[in-house]
Amino acid sequence: MSELVVRDLQRSFGGVQAVGGVSFTLRSGDLLALIGPNGAGKSTCFNLLNGQLKPDSGSVRLDGTELVGLPPRRIWALGVGRTFQITATFASMTVAENVQMVLLSRARRLFGLWRPAAAQFREPALALLERVGMATQADRPCGVLAYGDVKRVELAMALASAPTVLLMDEPTAGMAPAERLALMALTAELVRERGLAVLFTEHDMDVVFGHATRVLVLDRGRLIAEGSPDQVRADPRVQSVYLGGEA
Amino acid sequence: MSEPLLTVDGLQAWYGRAHILDGIALTVGRGEVVALMGRNGAGKTTTLKAIMGLVERRAATLRFDGRDLSALPAHRVARLGVGYVPEDRRIFADLTVEENLEVGRQPPRPGAPAWTPEKLFALFPNLAEMRGRRGTRMSGGEQQMLTLARTLMGNPSLLLLDEPSEGLAPLIVRQMAEAVRRLKAEGLSVLLSEQSLSFASAVADRACVIETGRPRWTGTMAELMADDGVRAAYLAV
Amino acid sequence: MGAKVSTETTRPMSFLLVQALSGLATAATLFLVSSGLTIVFGVTRIVNFAHGSFYMVGAYAGWSLIERFGGSPAGFWGSVAAAALAMGALGAAMEIGLLRRLYRSPELFQLLGTFGVVLVVQDLTAWTWGPEDLLGRRAPGLKGSIDILDQPFPLYDLVLIGLGPLVLGLLWLLFNRTRWGTLVRAATQDREMTSALGVDPARLFTGVLFLGCALAGLGGALQVPREAVTLQMDMAIVVEAFVVVVVGGMGSLTGAFLASLLIGQLQAFGILVFPQITLVLVFLFMAVVLVLRPHGLLGRADEVPPTAPATVTVPLSAGRHAGTWALALLAILAAAPLVAGDYALILLTEVVILALFAASLHLLIGLGGLVSFGHAAWFGLGAYGSALLVKHLGAPMPLALAGAPVLAGLGALVAGWFCVRRSGLYFAMLTLAFAQIAWSITFQWYAVTGGDNGILGVWPPAWAAGKATYYWLTLALCGGTLWLLRRAAFAPFGYALRAGRDSGLRAESVGIDTRRFQWMAFVLAGTAAGLAGGLYAFAKGSVFPTLLAVPQSVDALVMVLMGGIQTVAGPLAGAVVFHLLESEVMSLTDWWRLVLGLIIVALVLVFPRGIVGFLSGIGRRA
Repeated sequence: MSELVVRDLQRSFGGVQAVGGVSFTLRSGDLLALIGPNGAGKSTCFNLLNGQLKPDSGSVRLDGTELVGLPPRRIWALGVGRTFQITATFASMTVAENVQMVLLSRARRLFGLWRPAAAQFREPALALLERVGMATQADRPCGVLAYGDVKRVELAMALASAPTVLLMDEPTAGMAPAERLALMALTAELVRERGLAVLFTEHDMDVVFGHATRVLVLDRGRLIAEGSPDQVRADPRVQSVYLGGEA
Repeated sequence: MSEPLLTVDGLQAWYGRAHILDGIALTVGRGEVVALMGRNGAGKTTTLKAIMGLVERRAATLRFDGRDLSALPAHRVARLGVGYVPEDRRIFADLTVEENLEVGRQPPRPGAPAWTPEKLFALFPNLAEMRGRRGTRMSGGEQQMLTLARTLMGNPSLLLLDEPSEGLAPLIVRQMAEAVRRLKAEGLSVLLSEQSLSFASAVADRACVIETGRPRWTGTMAELMADDGVRAAYLAV
Repeated sequence: MGAKVSTETTRPMSFLLVQALSGLATAATLFLVSSGLTIVFGVTRIVNFAHGSFYMVGAYAGWSLIERFGGSPAGFWGSVAAAALAMGALGAAMEIGLLRRLYRSPELFQLLGTFGVVLVVQDLTAWTWGPEDLLGRRAPGLKGSIDILDQPFPLYDLVLIGLGPLVLGLLWLLFNRTRWGTLVRAATQDREMTSALGVDPARLFTGVLFLGCALAGLGGALQVPREAVTLQMDMAIVVEAFVVVVVGGMGSLTGAFLASLLIGQLQAFGILVFPQITLVLVFLFMAVVLVLRPHGLLGRADEVPPTAPATVTVPLSAGRHAGTWALALLAILAAAPLVAGDYALILLTEVVILALFAASLHLLIGLGGLVSFGHAAWFGLGAYGSALLVKHLGAPMPLALAGAPVLAGLGALVAGWFCVRRSGLYFAMLTLAFAQIAWSITFQWYAVTGGDNGILGVWPPAWAAGKATYYWLTLALCGGTLWLLRRAAFAPFGYALRAGRDSGLRAESVGIDTRRFQWMAFVLAGTAAGLAGGLYAFAKGSVFPTLLAVPQSVDALVMVLMGGIQTVAGPLAGAVVFHLLESEVMSLTDWWRLVLGLIIVALVLVFPRGIVGFLSGIGRRA
């Protein structure tokens, strides 16, 4: 059982508060959606959690270990994986090699100067690609894949580090609707199978309400609602944020 | 019936390899305010950028005021009288308010209202008080007003307004709506992208709803307000 | 302070004052040139290597005009202005003909393309004005000097000192009080938004190039009464102007002014304290400033030049049956002495050495995306390492050859620590700075390195003196090292390096310490280049400071680019073609710079994927 406890996270940019006092707890088995209008602070929130940005104040603890102040690669090593809103894979490598890189990194074998990288951890990489349905494209360059396929490679890369917590920034952006649901169904399966704790942002409300176990609603840097999908959907403040603008 | 001021059909656009728009179609008539609506990520911002020529685009039809825009770069589109107000404001922070306006200045154009800094300061009194101030020292609402004023200095006949109410305090949102209505009264046509139904219903004549880069619904604003099904399918939570 | 001040204190006082004033005069010229460079960079985001060429041609054109019309003050100043305007026109022409096509290219192409212009202009200048240094006439009315605390100081320099702030003021007015200036400042901040407001970026950029190059030309023409006009002026000033612009903060005019003042004083007083290493001081100053203030004195974080767009989307290709081909090639090369004559063997030896040099640079560029503009430093350091061991310690060749990669590797270890802290253009500028430091040590430390005269008599011992023997030795060492580099490229190390280049964000988020890999790669590449340098020293029998100079670094870049960046075999092919071109074609003409410059420009514009990339592109289509 893992637990990511976020308390009173704050961050401003040039006097403008992007994230103002966000607190929540993410546990194994959670598939927690973070939603909100553009500019609500979702991406900033993510960057604070994985160490890309430093918060002005607040704490992020993974099973009691303080993550604030650690660089992204240390936070990753502690078991927090992440996927990016704008896909970030190693474009000059094949699909399999992308996953192999993560496995090599986890095994601390990156400084090897002799044995070809392509021959190391290939089998486990293929197994992970099989899991996300990308095994048939394992030897294609990542730079030529369709957008939705890159997203699936990202998921395989995130899984390769055997995380306990997975942060997914718009995992289905740019995918066709059917693909979106398939990817989130897969994610939900992985959550059950491996006891993952997943936090994701998402624009597609079908995805959010179809798969999330709980939903957080962020508006102008603050959490305005938290609860089950049905509770959140019924919340008048949430409705006004999405449809009204003038609360 | 005369040709609409802006006609878009079969508009495709890409960000790098990501195919964002797939067949957007819409029209804006003279003196009309049209709201381009849809959820986050539906492609509203990209649609405006594609019309302007700021992203890689292709279109079956992209005509403005009788001219084909589809092969023109952004500065040529702007000089034909299309004014673009970006969502992220992008004021020139190192320049003063007056200098920001100067960058936008273009010669007056027949058939479009002609603006001067003085006329704009009358429209946005807040800006008048800070004409020598640099953009770095302005609030979000003031920046939004300046972006709009700067674009108006080009004397456009069509305004592309990207998410004008986003991230603004309710009071500023009302001022913004008032400004859009005034511009319409001056004879300007407006295409605005908007997530907020209340803002759109306050200013727009018609709405065009898009999702995942495709057109889904178009009709008058009143029809949209009456159609719970469309709102639930494409706009609501 | 009374009237009775002893002479012991007045003399140093007045001397220091005059020294400070001459520092100010230097600063004025530096500012004129670097203000142009920084304005051009601010708007176009291109670091214009050819900026120094406009300074040089401005001086030559100024000289001609002043010889003809410069008898009267009006004629003199008119000539200076005319030279400046002519350079502005040339700069505008370069924008239209070349830069316009490079705005979206990676910085490697921008730097190389403008360096191609440097070479072309050098030869055209030599062709027009001849190779001799030219001495111009003094400025009419300003020929004398005035006494400052009993020390004479040239009047003309006083005028220059005044000119610096005057030009800063005029530029300030231009940028803050005219519509054109406002548009330029807007475009500097947000090019796309400016064009969306109806401003034609192309015309604006042409105008900016006119202004920037006119300032360079003005700086050049103003030098005519002060110093000889020479063909070496361009590189000397552009490297200093780079330092000023980087120290001041790229794109910042006031920063450039401040940095010019500081560097002018540093040079004026540095020469009193460390006459041997004044150039080193300037570059060390820049390195320290960059580490302490990463964006320069007045630069801002958001003015970080964008790093090269990720153009690379194809996997690094080993090529099919690469191993078989490599062995076959090795066998052919090893058999070459059986048929080839001495001249061909000398040529082959050099080709093999250059192949290693180019491959070592390819490790940085092709795998790490790190565009080094000073890779010759490690090649030259290796060469000097061997030569010094032979000359001063009488070391035998094997020991001297072993010393080469060690010295180069140590140098790269230190420089790399600084360089990998920054990416993109700043990385290129830092590597250039360290190469210039190494170059100026070999150039100025006469007692040890022999300065310009180099070190002669570095020949292999009798057992290796035969052309065939030395060739085989070179082939074995270079071939072995190339094989090791290739293993590293396909090992996890090479992949980690590519991972950092493809997506630094992703690399960090899967536990890859990108900077450490880049540092390691820097050391590895430096070491391999050092070995190539050591072998080169014994092949030529001598070493000279030119081995570490900018053109040598550019040669390596051209070889890599010619071969194509995305193939391991690329740099090898590039080295072969380049060296054959250099020794067989360019040696036939006195205008080799012109030829090389045009080749570079053509490469950058027409064959950005290099020979191997181009051929494999054809292969794939067929």
